[in-house]
Amino acid sequence: MPLERSQVEHIASLARIGLSEEEIEMFGEQLSQILEQFEVLNELDTTGVTPTGHAGGLQTVMREDLAEDSLDSEDVLKNAPNREGDLFRVNAVLEE
Amino acid sequence: MAELNWLSITDAHAQLTARQISSVELTQACLDRIEAVEDRVQSFLTLTPEIALAQAEKADRMLAAGEGGPLTGVPVQFKDVMCTEGVPTTCASRMLENFVPVYNATAVEKLLSQGAVMLGKGNMDEFAMGSSCENSAFHPTRNPWDLDRVPGGSSGGAAASVASGEAIYSLGSDTGGSVRQPAALCGVVGLKPTYGLVSRYGLIAFASSLDQIGPVGRSAMDCALALNGIAGHDPRDATSVKREPTDYAATLGQDIKGLRFGVPEEYFVEGMEAGTRKAIDDAVTVLEGLGASVRPVSLPTTKYALACYYIIAPSECSANLARYDGVKYGYSYQDTDDMWEAMEKTREYGFGPEVTRRVMLGTYALSSGYYDAYYVKAQQARTLIRQDFDRVFQDVDALITPTSPVTAFKIGEKIGDPVQMYLIDVCTLPVNIAGLPGLSVPCGFSDGLPVGMQLIGPHFSEETLLKTAHAYEAATQWSAARPEL
Repeated sequence: MPLERSQVEHIASLARIGLSEEEIEMFGEQLSQILEQFEVLNELDTTGVTPTGHAGGLQTVMREDLAEDSLDSEDVLKNAPNREGDLFRVNAVLEE
Repeated sequence: MAELNWLSITDAHAQLTARQISSVELTQACLDRIEAVEDRVQSFLTLTPEIALAQAEKADRMLAAGEGGPLTGVPVQFKDVMCTEGVPTTCASRMLENFVPVYNATAVEKLLSQGAVMLGKGNMDEFAMGSSCENSAFHPTRNPWDLDRVPGGSSGGAAASVASGEAIYSLGSDTGGSVRQPAALCGVVGLKPTYGLVSRYGLIAFASSLDQIGPVGRSAMDCALALNGIAGHDPRDATSVKREPTDYAATLGQDIKGLRFGVPEEYFVEGMEAGTRKAIDDAVTVLEGLGASVRPVSLPTTKYALACYYIIAPSECSANLARYDGVKYGYSYQDTDDMWEAMEKTREYGFGPEVTRRVMLGTYALSSGYYDAYYVKAQQARTLIRQDFDRVFQDVDALITPTSPVTAFKIGEKIGDPVQMYLIDVCTLPVNIAGLPGLSVPCGFSDGLPVGMQLIGPHFSEETLLKTAHAYEAATQWSAARPEL
């Protein structure tokens, strides 16, 4: 089932990615083709199968709560696109 | 002293410790080779000759003091997905074009502390998403065997630099085949370790449950020595595994008599090149001649791996790449006061088409109403794929498959068709889904282009894979072949 234009726009807005007119069309077509490939999974009986999030045999890791040096705040701010003093500067988040 | 840049790690180490050569000379040989061929191969995004020569001098002092190990003074390329302190780390993305990390990835730090020499940063598909290196925002890398063809991806630079004699070895990263597939297409050895064997700290995240750093070298021995240098638990990566340290080089040279191999029929997919099929068949005969037993096995869930992977990897990608919002680092659109517009423009400009495609795919698979149908279903398929492997590993020690169904394809041939590009990784993806180790070793040529044999083993069976590849190399001469450049 091909994605409709409104769906592509909705996905892009959820992902916070701006798209041009051409891209909306191209991604709509390509994502539909890819989703078609996923239909094969419907053949697979997964009743009662536990989902695997991780193949690494994850264990909860505990350690002593010790104070350690972390990155220097000046270093952390080094790549900031926009800063003010020791802060990252951003556009207003709350609307008036 | 000709052609020091083609030395193996073992030979380089022997000559360095015997003081027959210096690390500065070895490093200069690699830099000279880069000077000679890099304009054609283009395997690097950033070259660091001054750093390399300074590190080489330091390595020479270590060696003179009787310090260091097999990797001391040996030049290496790091894929540009690994953070390098003070050296740009772009992930081949406009998003990180000006990003300079303030710390080293653990794998990088470990090698540098052993006296490694960093030649520079390797080209790749943007954020490690792709199978051809064409998704680099900056330039493609070319296959040293045919400059009109791709080196594979995403660690295309890692494979091409080693195959062309620019670097002695390199580190790549492998989320769905990104070390093994380019190694196969460039005629070198590539190892994807068991998930958790190598720390992911400082490896810029693509799909965290699948990503793993792995070495590329011109022999199994070089990969074993590089793995020795990077493996081990890291408190900074909670998914890295605590194990007794292993010397992965120690078992190389032992015979492989009695080892049991399985050949899963499902990996010989429709559309596989005849020359690839023949090279694998011939390799099976060689391994049997070395005393191994080979039998057909079946992994019926293989046909679901592609869909499973292309739901899970983009889902994790969409979550991981949410961090690129233009606030803390990376490209940031500044020409507006509106927060959402700034974020959308930042990501529109910063991400190339494949990254955007995967972020959108993942966003869709995780979105309300589709989560169960896609993401949960894929995770259930992941369980069944893993169980399939567990079952066959009760009867065999490792699997033999092609690494890629095709040899290196022409630049531009597949880039417009994402589904065709995704199919290239059909033999390597299942390994990441199950968290297994996988190795690609050169096993011949098809129409003059390298073919790779993939060995897959149970968790933490790197020694078996490396030992087998080493025995196979000794019985054949494929790994010794070099491209004319």
